[in-house]
Amino acid sequence: MGLDIRLPIGLMFALFGLILLGFGLTSGEDLYRKSLGINVNALWGGVLLVVGAVMLALARRAKPDA
Amino acid sequence: MERYSRERQGANAALNIQLAWIDYLLLILYLVFVLGIGFLLKRQMETSADFFLSGRSIPAWITGLAFLSANLGAQEVIGMAASGAKYGIATSHFYWVGAIPAMVFVGVFMIPFYYGSRARSVPEYLKLRFDEKTRGFNAISFAAMTVFSSGISMYAMGLLLQTLLGWDFNFSVLVSALIVLAYIFLGGLTSAIYNEVLQFFLIVAGFLPLVLLGLKDVGGWAGLQERLATVATNRGFASGAFTESWTPLTSPAANPMGVEWFGMVMGLGFVLSFGYWCTDFLVVQRAMAANSMSAARRTPLIAAIPKMLFPFLVILPGMIAIAMTESGSLSGFKLPAKPDGSLNYDLAIPMMLGHYFPPGVLGLGLTALLASFMSGMAGNVTAFNTVWTYDIYQAYIRRSASDAHYLWMGRMTTVFGILLSVGAAYMAASFNNIMDMLQLVFAFVNAPLFATFLLGMFWRRATGHGAFTGLAAGTAAAAVHHGLTLPHGAAAGIKGGWMGTLAAYPSEMAQNFWTAIWAWSCCFAITILVSLVTRPRPQEELRGLVCSLTERPAEGHLPWHQRPGLVGVLVMALVLLLNLLFW
Repeated sequence: MGLDIRLPIGLMFALFGLILLGFGLTSGEDLYRKSLGINVNALWGGVLLVVGAVMLALARRAKPDA
Repeated sequence: MERYSRERQGANAALNIQLAWIDYLLLILYLVFVLGIGFLLKRQMETSADFFLSGRSIPAWITGLAFLSANLGAQEVIGMAASGAKYGIATSHFYWVGAIPAMVFVGVFMIPFYYGSRARSVPEYLKLRFDEKTRGFNAISFAAMTVFSSGISMYAMGLLLQTLLGWDFNFSVLVSALIVLAYIFLGGLTSAIYNEVLQFFLIVAGFLPLVLLGLKDVGGWAGLQERLATVATNRGFASGAFTESWTPLTSPAANPMGVEWFGMVMGLGFVLSFGYWCTDFLVVQRAMAANSMSAARRTPLIAAIPKMLFPFLVILPGMIAIAMTESGSLSGFKLPAKPDGSLNYDLAIPMMLGHYFPPGVLGLGLTALLASFMSGMAGNVTAFNTVWTYDIYQAYIRRSASDAHYLWMGRMTTVFGILLSVGAAYMAASFNNIMDMLQLVFAFVNAPLFATFLLGMFWRRATGHGAFTGLAAGTAAAAVHHGLTLPHGAAAGIKGGWMGTLAAYPSEMAQNFWTAIWAWSCCFAITILVSLVTRPRPQEELRGLVCSLTERPAEGHLPWHQRPGLVGVLVMALVLLLNLLFW
């Protein structure tokens, strides 16, 4: 197919990850009383960023023929 | 009607989660991506086969995740968590006894006929194998069912967003309908499938942190077991009734579901799950879009691997919610009560989202919830499109138009189907009983289907007259069984017993399972009897449609991970392991 689905997924996850990570690193600690004192934004944002990057890398590796 | 409007008011007062700018940002970004995929695919939609079948060109891992995600609608996420809270880990039987073995079966044994026959839909297979009336029966009931289920799902979503966020019901329904409409209108089945894959990843990303936080809150699996032991003993069950999946199934009285192992394995497993996963065009359509026979057969097998882990994502939150509500946690989470005083299990996941998630991941979690609603809706709409255009319009209304005409018809049907779904959503909002009744009727029609396909694919003597009378008899048997039995404590009416009460079941679930078992057996027997006295079709006509007259797809030259048989055995071994671990 013309569109490699890993591109949009990877892009979206990387974007979501960056936004959450950025927000997590700049937001105050008391925001996280809800989430049992864990900064879920920064942590999970980081995870999403890595997942997004892996997807993009896979799409890139598959590219050469296109 | 009265019940729902009361619920709406009560719930509105109870919780109002506030969203921050970052939550809206994530939500909007997601919508941009969803629509963007539709636009990017628009150029590829040149023929009706592109639109309805994705030109049979999609690799297995994508169709596999879409196969999983198309079924991951509202019922799955909200309903499974609710059942987890009500019945504990026994809910996992829907996966470990039900879905997974059925998915392996359809992949290994049935897809060769669906994909190999080049049928464009499940009803069309019935036409090729049996006759026109059997196809018509299936096509019409299926088309009606998809419209109503997408309507019900839309209604549930509107209600939930209203409860959680105070959003206007009309706004939520119309906006989500427009978005699904736009991306299917543009990119057809491919767009739906691609978005389903995106939604799959999003759903995992949105709910996984919820499960992890919830588990931490109750002190891990050990803490959860301890709390659920209290929950179980409070209700008069053995302490493991909520955390062991098989041990409490020795008798209906020993588990909260009120089901014993035979009803579970035969009713839920063999009849209902095989019936759904092996014959429902909504999911089978994804496999039909695969780019080769091997890819089509591996579609459900690839789906089965994440599917078997889904109980940890959708059932576990419900179990955690009930454990915290009845036996405490660090953060003091409590499930809200309905106006009548019973716990509102359906709010387990939405409430936990609001309870644990700060702005940021909250937006992610809500986006995941919305994604699950949309993927469920889109699955119904694409299936409706195809069945309407190929099996009703082309079969009975305009037989030989140009391909461009059918492509145009597919697009129009998307609009029309979504309008009908919106109508059904409003119908559900105002006439609650009609929806319950419709769902009941569809359940009657669906229960015997698997017998028809089983005989059609594996017994070449089965005839069209046999199949049709068998289906009709099975549907009638389901209705009669329902009309003569009643779950414990229910009043005669929509719950059963409307023809008098011959037998009572310990629970509604037990009644459902046995209704299905009766319907299936009746269809199986009648199809055989009628087939034996009617004229069989010549063997040449059945090549590629029946097991004994079809060459087995050669797979010896493929690497091990592309051989459906081998992958199927592997999947079954894994699911057996899960059953043993949580015995």
